[in-house]
Amino acid sequence: MVPDIATSPAPATRGLPAQDLKLTLESPLVLQSGIVLSPVTLAYQTYGTLNEARSNCVLVCHALTGDQYVVGNNPTTGKPGWWDDLVGPGKIIDTNRFFVVCANVLGGCMGSTGPKEINPATGKAWGLDFPVITIRDMVYAQTKLLDYLGIKKLFCVMGGSMGAMQVMEWAVRYPERVFAAVPIAGSYRHSAQNIAFHEVGRQAIMADPDWAHGNYLAENKIPKRGLAVARMAAHITYLSEAALHRKFGRRLQDRETLTYGFDADFQVESYLRHQGYTFVDRFDANSYLYITRAMDYFDLAQENDGVLANAFKGTPVRYCLVSFTSDWLFPTEESRAIVRALNAVAANVSFVEIESDKGHDAFLLDEPEFHQTLQGFIEGAAVSLGLPTRSTL
Amino acid sequence: MNVSSNIAAAAAIPSIRVDLQQVADLVPAGSRVLDVGCGDGTLLAYLTRFKQVDGRGLELSMAKVRAAVSQGLPVIQGNLETDLKDYPTGAFDYVILSQTLQATHNPRAVMEELLRIGRRAIVSFPNFGHWRVRLSVMFGGRMPVTPMLTDAWFDTPNIHLCTVHDFIDLCRLMKVRIEMGFALDAAGQRLGFAATGKRANLLSEQALFVLTRA
Repeated sequence: MVPDIATSPAPATRGLPAQDLKLTLESPLVLQSGIVLSPVTLAYQTYGTLNEARSNCVLVCHALTGDQYVVGNNPTTGKPGWWDDLVGPGKIIDTNRFFVVCANVLGGCMGSTGPKEINPATGKAWGLDFPVITIRDMVYAQTKLLDYLGIKKLFCVMGGSMGAMQVMEWAVRYPERVFAAVPIAGSYRHSAQNIAFHEVGRQAIMADPDWAHGNYLAENKIPKRGLAVARMAAHITYLSEAALHRKFGRRLQDRETLTYGFDADFQVESYLRHQGYTFVDRFDANSYLYITRAMDYFDLAQENDGVLANAFKGTPVRYCLVSFTSDWLFPTEESRAIVRALNAVAANVSFVEIESDKGHDAFLLDEPEFHQTLQGFIEGAAVSLGLPTRSTL
Repeated sequence: MNVSSNIAAAAAIPSIRVDLQQVADLVPAGSRVLDVGCGDGTLLAYLTRFKQVDGRGLELSMAKVRAAVSQGLPVIQGNLETDLKDYPTGAFDYVILSQTLQATHNPRAVMEELLRIGRRAIVSFPNFGHWRVRLSVMFGGRMPVTPMLTDAWFDTPNIHLCTVHDFIDLCRLMKVRIEMGFALDAAGQRLGFAATGKRANLLSEQALFVLTRA
């Protein structure tokens, strides 16, 4: 049972990574589409301690298939959190100094309100009755969580990929609530190519008879094949040709010669199949449809008369953009377009492109130059805001 | 800076290269500054820390940008010949271009941009009119390699070298006002005469100007 806001215990200001925190919003959420969604629950994790001034909060925004388990053991996969390298005591996002919050996005499937949760009107899973949500809606829901935690202004909001979209949305929509913004491997809009790849994934899911027009939960089915194919196609876009070649080349999987059939002869095939099937165990197919759609709809330029710079007029937010050389899903040019628009308003912006052959996924991996850059930016921002730094602690 | 303040500062303020110090001394505390070709951010870090400027940097080399951002400085990777146009008019009090003008494809266009973006521009460059340069060409019959021009002709990034007089002529042509001009030696120390005077063109190894359109 999820506690209502009124009956919830006092906001958790000390990180309790073992505890699954949930907040059910007091009032309905008016979505960008105009639809009113209720009730809305956000599942979130916190790490570190909120300081007295409530000024040391770092909001981490997760990517498409990410979740709120930034560090520690992920209860679903049993693996370390997706940013375990970056967040923790003494790490770059130092939980000895910062209070880190990460919430499962609206529309997600890790405890926040999404298509697999129960629609109170029917007593059944929402399925396709769930309203289409946007990046703006995800961020709007996060503002409610911060209101609840009593955090008026974030020290920093950061995230990669779809997380970067949320960061941009935060900084543009709520500039007064953001001191520093770090969009990593992201963009101000989803490109035609990105929409195209998402459409392939969605069509794969919907082509699976077990999807049952979105009603698979009620029919006790899971569109495993469709969702796995969607994940396989997407996973290729997260890597690079060089990374795939280095990892697999044309090596054969547990065999000496070709089988002249359609088994997974090649290691890369076997790898992708594994990626696809393990994904099915942890992700909801309808959530995948909704969240990819939210990314497709994202376009900060379009909603500012096609001029991205208009989104940043008078912004007090200090930005740090990071891209990776081999990322062809969110190439450097996307970040550079944001930098140009920020320059057009003489905003405070840092921008680095990191040399990596690991593709889009580089933001999740141990990339020393990336981490060094990030640490420099975070420490510089901490100095400016008068928060403890690595050296003063 | 007088002697006593130098001594007082010596304990707290780390020394930076003399030529950078010359530039830093020209920037009033609290200014908005864009350092074009900021390298690893040495000058920007100094200005931010000791002059409380609101500074930004633009640098071509990604390795240097990473070094600057790793110090917490707001620096972006970009090309000054194509990216200055993005900045709004009058966005900065000072735009700094140190020892880079001579390496640009279109120095005049770059100067126009500096003075559009900033109320003032601080520009320094090696003086191709210095006697050592002249002697090298006249008696050596070869392109000069001097303390200011360290690379051989086939290695140098400098494609638009000019003399102090050439530069003053350009300012006149562009109707740019020279507020200050300093004749400097190779290390960046001020010589005892102005860059706009008679001796500078022959005797200064480099020159440092404060320019304005206002």
